[in-house]
Amino acid sequence: MAIVAVVAAAAVMLGFYTFRHSLSAGPESLKHRPAPDFTLPLIDGGQGGQLRLSSYRGKVVLLDFWATWCVPCRDETPHFVELQRKYGGQGLQIIGVSMDDSPDPVRTFYQQFHINYPVVMGTAETGSAYGGVLGLPIAFLIDRDGRIYAKHMGATDAAVFEKDITALL
Amino acid sequence: MKIGTTIRRTAFLFAAFSLISIPATAQWSSIAPGRLINPEDLVKMLQTAKEKPLMLQVGSHVLFTQAHIPSSEYVGAASTEAGLQQLRKRVESLPRTKFIVLYCGCCPWNHCPNVKPADDALHAMGFTNVKVLYIADNFGTNWVDKGYPTAKGE
Repeated sequence: MAIVAVVAAAAVMLGFYTFRHSLSAGPESLKHRPAPDFTLPLIDGGQGGQLRLSSYRGKVVLLDFWATWCVPCRDETPHFVELQRKYGGQGLQIIGVSMDDSPDPVRTFYQQFHINYPVVMGTAETGSAYGGVLGLPIAFLIDRDGRIYAKHMGATDAAVFEKDITALL
Repeated sequence: MKIGTTIRRTAFLFAAFSLISIPATAQWSSIAPGRLINPEDLVKMLQTAKEKPLMLQVGSHVLFTQAHIPSSEYVGAASTEAGLQQLRKRVESLPRTKFIVLYCGCCPWNHCPNVKPADDALHAMGFTNVKVLYIADNFGTNWVDKGYPTAKGE
């Protein structure tokens, strides 16, 4: 009976967590829709240039909205570097969209964390196009056809991203 | 009897899991509870108060441009020295009794790098009527998605 109680409590908590998470994930209106395209300035250690999202059609894209001062974002970065290293050859392309106000700390962060994927400077328009980036981090998984497969708000376990990535590759 | 015991155990476990699921509250302990204000209380106050507080967003300008509390002002990320300087400059000429509300909402409360330095700066300047808006998850979840008044733009 005690086991039943534990299982029941765990089920209730799982339901509570799922409900809470689905609320915090916001509207699902973007899911399965084409990822809004953008062209934004690259941060790549000072080389400059522009990145256009649609030029990555055919790859699985993990689009990460983040900022250098965001603690959960900083915690996720080494995992993204590892995922890019592990799955880049199979067609994964991680793209960071910094929501910092200035590119200077982003360049420093890019080098300090040995980031191995492109990072661009985001804008309010970019955030609004993705349903509003009103908290960080937010990550979108985009399939090879350029459609949004999943949205993850807040600190997310690397295993969750890896599961999505392997499902799409 | 067994069913009653099971219900009590389940309730206890539910309560225990609920406590575990509550986010860490580092900033609750570092900012005095009396200096905090909840979103719903601020909304009610803005609807009824004759004199509105000075509301300052001390986080990201990109996030502010997407959505902010109407009539609030962006002063800069208080986790940076530049942001703190802008904050001090904005309030230096104000009476120290001025009612000021600080908010950010960039990150979950216990990870926000901005509200605590901003609150400390105003406290050090002698302001005695400062509240910090408690945003548990982020501004989108705890303000915009609640349907509270929101403005866009600079």
